[in-house]
Amino acid sequence: MKRSGAKATIDLAGLYPGPARPIANPGLTRDQLLEIHRLLRLNRIVEDKLSALYRQGHITGGFFSSLGQEAISVGTAFALRPDDPLAPMIRNIGSVLARGVTPGDLFLQYLARRDGPTRGRDGTLHFGNVERFALIGPISHLGTLIPVMAGAALAARMRGEDRVALTYIGDGGTSTGDFHEGFNLAAVLRLPLILVVENNGYAYSTPLPRQVAIASFAEKGPAYGVAAESVDGTDVLAVYAATRRAADRGRRGEGPTLLECRAFRMKGHAEHDDMRYVPKDLIEAWKNRDPIDRFEAFLVAEGHLRRADLETAAATLSRGVDAAAETALAAPLPEPHEALGGVLCEPGFEKPWWPA
Amino acid sequence: MSAPKGARAGERGPDRADLLAMLYTMKLTRALEERIERRLYRQGKIVGGVYVGRGQEAISVGAGMHIRRTGDPARDDVVFPSHRDMAVFLMQGIEPRRVLAQYMGRRTGPTRGRDGNMHMGDMTHRVVSFISHLGDTIPVAAGCALTFRMHGTDQVCFAFFGDGTTSRGDWHSGVNLAAVQRLPVVFICNNNQYAYSTPLARQMAVARVADRAVGYGIPGESVDGNDVLAVHDAVGRAVARARAGVGPTLVEGVTFRMTGHSAHDDAGYVPDATLEEWRGRDPIARFAGQLETRGLVDRAGLVELDRRIEQEIDTAVGGAESDPWPAPEECLEGVYHGTGGDAWR
Amino acid sequence: MALTTYVEAIRQGIWEEMERDERVFLLGEDIGIYGGAFKVTEGMLDRFGEMRVIDTPIAESAIVGAAIGAALMGMRPVAEMQFIDFISCAFDQITNFAAKNRYRWGAGVPIVIRGPAGGGVHGGPFHSQNPEMYYVHTPGLKVVTPATAYDAKGLIKAAIRDEDPVLYLEHKYLYRRIKEELPSEDYIVPIGRAAVRREGRDLTMLTYAAMLYPCLEAAEDLRREGHEVEVIDLRSLLPLDKDAILTSAKKTGKAMIVHEDTRTGGIAGEITAILNEEVFEYLDGPVLRVTAPDTPVPYSPPLEKFFLPDKDKILATARQLLAY
Repeated sequence: MKRSGAKATIDLAGLYPGPARPIANPGLTRDQLLEIHRLLRLNRIVEDKLSALYRQGHITGGFFSSLGQEAISVGTAFALRPDDPLAPMIRNIGSVLARGVTPGDLFLQYLARRDGPTRGRDGTLHFGNVERFALIGPISHLGTLIPVMAGAALAARMRGEDRVALTYIGDGGTSTGDFHEGFNLAAVLRLPLILVVENNGYAYSTPLPRQVAIASFAEKGPAYGVAAESVDGTDVLAVYAATRRAADRGRRGEGPTLLECRAFRMKGHAEHDDMRYVPKDLIEAWKNRDPIDRFEAFLVAEGHLRRADLETAAATLSRGVDAAAETALAAPLPEPHEALGGVLCEPGFEKPWWPA
Repeated sequence: MSAPKGARAGERGPDRADLLAMLYTMKLTRALEERIERRLYRQGKIVGGVYVGRGQEAISVGAGMHIRRTGDPARDDVVFPSHRDMAVFLMQGIEPRRVLAQYMGRRTGPTRGRDGNMHMGDMTHRVVSFISHLGDTIPVAAGCALTFRMHGTDQVCFAFFGDGTTSRGDWHSGVNLAAVQRLPVVFICNNNQYAYSTPLARQMAVARVADRAVGYGIPGESVDGNDVLAVHDAVGRAVARARAGVGPTLVEGVTFRMTGHSAHDDAGYVPDATLEEWRGRDPIARFAGQLETRGLVDRAGLVELDRRIEQEIDTAVGGAESDPWPAPEECLEGVYHGTGGDAWR
Repeated sequence: MALTTYVEAIRQGIWEEMERDERVFLLGEDIGIYGGAFKVTEGMLDRFGEMRVIDTPIAESAIVGAAIGAALMGMRPVAEMQFIDFISCAFDQITNFAAKNRYRWGAGVPIVIRGPAGGGVHGGPFHSQNPEMYYVHTPGLKVVTPATAYDAKGLIKAAIRDEDPVLYLEHKYLYRRIKEELPSEDYIVPIGRAAVRREGRDLTMLTYAAMLYPCLEAAEDLRREGHEVEVIDLRSLLPLDKDAILTSAKKTGKAMIVHEDTRTGGIAGEITAILNEEVFEYLDGPVLRVTAPDTPVPYSPPLEKFFLPDKDKILATARQLLAY
């Protein structure tokens, strides 16, 4: 291959979805399946609402959608125990909903209200509560959560608990130094860490072939000496089952798992981004892989629900979400002087103020 | 006998001159480092710390033979050595006297006394100095290789590092960038199995550093790091790939650190039996033996070679010891462009 | 009673906290089997075991990040940077994760990051740095710099017990050069409080870490010339003990700051601004400073000597100020 200064053409063939395998139930009860559905649908409805609020100018900062990737957030979180430390990234609203964070909490947070999880001090999912939800919030610097969650897994092991820690990273985030240092540390110490690599094809405008020279992140497993799997990220039950396998592995003391979930980022990097750099036919190709459509078709086909039930469920959830959004919109903003305080430990700031 | 000026070797295998040059360079490196660590340091003539690569010379030399050195910066390769690659400096034309001046903090060293031990570089000799923050040079090497691609040349960057360095974030980011951009870098790992007191098993959960390569989509090759011809061979393949524009390779030489981390470390944490075993695999003794068997050297010749090397070092030591210290005010020079000390030699 | 060196005082402090609180654990490079590059953690692996004394890969960002994660889960990690110069590899985790977490969602990060700083040991640019100001500039962190064996022990204990992230900067030049008798009972030195090392009425010298000693020597020389110099050991750079600084400046009317850190952006500038704002009317002369020049720390002895502040440089500036 002759090198030249000309722009190389990028081969995006690997970003197109292969044929979809039918969704299979790994042994969940009807109640569990319905709960998964509720979380998926709620995720979608909450994000539709956030998108609308953004366009109306109510959101402070950005909103980063997980459209098309909801099965990853929900499938992974649902497979954990409530006390397994979980650290979402900003496209994992579904995972915090699974933990019990309410739409109301999310709206207060995105709308930077005084009574939201960060009292208006930070945006998106940059919040947590370890005691109540075993939730650790991210910061914007990609990759930083990986060493942090390795540390959370370390703490669990030191105290003889069989908790596993889980966090996410995008395809782009795997290029960061912290990804490597954190995951290598987890590997060499055999920590119970599940690292979910959400391979959605793009890091802002950077397609996968410009990010890494491998086709699947599962190839990194042997490079760290750990177990790795790649699953269809649009199949919530496949994601669930793989996460359970990884969790069981971690609890048995067999170390970390790198779990690649493949999907596609169906919207831009953030609301303002129109994705003009993505070939139209690539987006089109993923449209029939919508994780919620697929799961609903599965539920109906398996006889768990009828179409009408699905519509009713969606309508009920929508009403709740609308109400929560109205409440949040009417909620007060923080007072200016409330910017001070809580930089260091002091009365009133000794522990998380949320949930109240 | 001197270090080879052009790397023809890679294309067709080492000829007699190359083989003798490799032996000479390995011996010179060993003798120079011994002089620094076992004599000058103990005599209090060295400023600061001493880091040698005893037992690992085959990696620096076997790889270093492929570095293109014509004197034309538009054609020559660029090298990023680590602190255990003394041989690379010598092969690039940085003479023992200058190396000693560096260790002794004199004005005549490559850093004019501003930095110590192996923290030296000289762009006229195409050597980029490394820093103590291990792994930081890797993205820098990738960037250097990027310019070769931009100019459409077949120049190559050689980046040397140890096993421990491969745990660092900058190493990862740099290798990944080189991989995805298919940059002409040859990544050479001196796996001497210890990072200070940290053995390999505590550094990574894979058996070999080369195992990390698959995670970047680049080839990884692991060879006996005490076999200079095996190293030469593997690096030659990597260099050919890089020059052809195919991309980077990770070459690992498995060897052993025959000293402490630095001169003050007695490495008591390394099992004696392990050291004993590796003593029996000394790369220089092995190579000399091979050349003897092939009739390229004889006993007398080897003795004479050692004697000449000692003499060469004696002269260099005498010179460096008499070299001037930097003037105190030189501390302020060279922080920015145009503030003195720009054109260093 | 035996004299304890500064480095041994740190070791004792860590050891006692490890005994006292099982949540305390250590992570870093070569701290276990090797006992640490400077032997600060010698013997701890044998006593406390592999679970609580962890030898890590070379990965400063992961070391600090993992400390953060473990702290969020209720542990009390003490992370070692083999040389404080390498703390820059973890800059992100420290300044963007640890420092801002409580402010953003109320979850404190009680970690200690410790390591040897400072020059005077022919360490060259990467083994001699004083990087404190990158972190003093970051709200949410605490930064301490003990200068005595007593304080070294008391401050490491205070740091480990603190609810916020503390950078504990040891000075390698002092490790084995200073020693004193230490109390056998448990004690801490509070963070945020300076110590008056020598009282005087004529001039205030504000300093910290290794520079304390040439300041004391200069003060002794000046006493023979009829001047009484007050020497204050800041001990804590963030938070600064403003009260102690202002009280002394009001008393003497003449203040100077001595630090080994480089000039621009060093804490002398910050202290000067504070004195200007708060006690301008009390000052009889400008606030002066003795610092290293704005260069990397050079390696060769004549260069390093030029670089480092010393007694003579301190005396020159003190006499200049006393002449007002």
